[in-house]
Amino acid sequence: MILIGERINAGFKDIKRAVQEKDGNVIKEWAKKQKAAGAAYLDVCIGTASNKPADLCWMVEMVQEAVDSPISLDDNKVAMLREAIKVCKKPPLINSTTAVKEKMDQLMPLAAEYGASIVGVVMDEEGSPYTADKRVENAGKIVEKAMEAGLGPDQIFLDPIVMPLNCMQEQATEILKAVSQFKLFSDPPCHITCGLTNVSNGAKHMGLINRVFIAMCAANGMDSAICNVMDTELVDTFLTAELIMNKSIYADSFVEAFHKG
Amino acid sequence: MEVPDVKEKWTAKINEVTIGAARESGGTRGRTITVGGHSTLPLMTFEGEIPHKPVIAGFVSDTAPPWPDVIKAGIGKETESPAEWAKKNVQEHGVDLISLKMIGADPHTKNASPADCAKVVEQVLKAVDVPLIIWGCGDDKKDNLVLPECSQAAKGENCLIGSAKQTNYMTIVAICKADKHKIISEAPVDINIGKQVNILLQDAGYDLKDVVMYQTTAALGYGFDYVYTILERCRVAGLKGDKLMAAPQLCDVAGETYRVKEALADEDTLPGWGKLDRRGPMWEAACAGGYIQAGADIVILAHPTAISSVRTLINNL
Repeated sequence: MILIGERINAGFKDIKRAVQEKDGNVIKEWAKKQKAAGAAYLDVCIGTASNKPADLCWMVEMVQEAVDSPISLDDNKVAMLREAIKVCKKPPLINSTTAVKEKMDQLMPLAAEYGASIVGVVMDEEGSPYTADKRVENAGKIVEKAMEAGLGPDQIFLDPIVMPLNCMQEQATEILKAVSQFKLFSDPPCHITCGLTNVSNGAKHMGLINRVFIAMCAANGMDSAICNVMDTELVDTFLTAELIMNKSIYADSFVEAFHKG
Repeated sequence: MEVPDVKEKWTAKINEVTIGAARESGGTRGRTITVGGHSTLPLMTFEGEIPHKPVIAGFVSDTAPPWPDVIKAGIGKETESPAEWAKKNVQEHGVDLISLKMIGADPHTKNASPADCAKVVEQVLKAVDVPLIIWGCGDDKKDNLVLPECSQAAKGENCLIGSAKQTNYMTIVAICKADKHKIISEAPVDINIGKQVNILLQDAGYDLKDVVMYQTTAALGYGFDYVYTILERCRVAGLKGDKLMAAPQLCDVAGETYRVKEALADEDTLPGWGKLDRRGPMWEAACAGGYIQAGADIVILAHPTAISSVRTLINNL
């Protein structure tokens, strides 16, 4: 289970303000809290708060002053990623490329050069796919390109693109179908992740939807999520789903051990 | 056509555990032993590093074990004296460390006192300069009295103390922290309990990097395959990054082998099975060889023939 903490994102007002006012404490605090909650990577996203690489680099540096966790560099602009990757102390997770050739040609060699991992979002020139088959086809392109660049399966995180349940209900089963096929690309399989919270976007019972969906994704082979790691019930659900999938060894205190670990 | 690369890629390493303390580290040992550190499964040298080969611990007990005379004769009259037995194990058979078991402390046998057991520890420490594994008698209540005194007698020697179970781990953690020893965490051929004991040790403030796991041991023919599988699963879990399962592993081969009829009964009761003086150590060596293949880092052996046979195997790894 590879949890990627989603909270250091300038889409949240407190982070946006922190970036604008260069108040590192807010970022540091979230870095510490998310690491303590079990995040393996900390997602850092500047979004629309700034288009200056220096600002993204500053965010990364603030996180690294607080914790030693690797960073998930969440940006879709290659120029931003190129600068930010240089300040990462540990090989980061580039979040993300798509299956668009031009983008992969730029980002895959960058990931290989820095020993980084990369999230491959399975959309292409035509946008987000509607069917499982199209998702799998795009994932295949991403895996092929990544391997050509010299990345191993453990450096590839495929993202099936999660859609909100309240407006695209039929998408969930397509996503689950795609996930179950992603793991067949290689042995050992690539990691499979997703922007989990999107599934419950705008819904009333967000927590419940997130929990049930992550369990179902895990049952189909997903082993990572970009999510709200502060939601203990969500983390415990994912942890338990992985136990049920026999991915980790049961012990009576498995929940306590994870949270203390 | 290119042959595909089928090597496993593991993400983690097994912990390196050093047993024994030399003078500069506050002990009196002439040498120390380090086990673990692997980044792959046994024998798979092309996939990762195996920095330390398995080691042999020579079986010694405070009182002579209840084994057949023919087996004890193969070891020598030294089984009557723990210090002499330890010395012979080291000097003549070249064992890497000594495993000292207080079987005489068992309330159902000699019920030796904690003070007597501590004296035995002192004698063995004096007789040999290799690291020591110290076990109680297996009776939790008695071991709670015996092990603190034995631990105290070996204070600072960085011994491996056995064993911590769900029922007694607090005592073992307390004495090992106070006297600077390493811990054997024990589970009854149960990987889930094995993990749980390690969680408890960690909760009690003990560093799992100082732990060796012991999933008990089954003699060949008596559940060997269960223990084999568990040793292997523990190792795989550790290599996959489960920090709670990344400890090196130990097997008490001698202690279990000389409890089963194939290593106890001679030809008069098992016609056609061959002489016990050869069959016993063969049973012991074959069992150890299998467990080494499964991932055992320390094997406890008693008979000189078994020790020499397993030594040859280890040298060829």
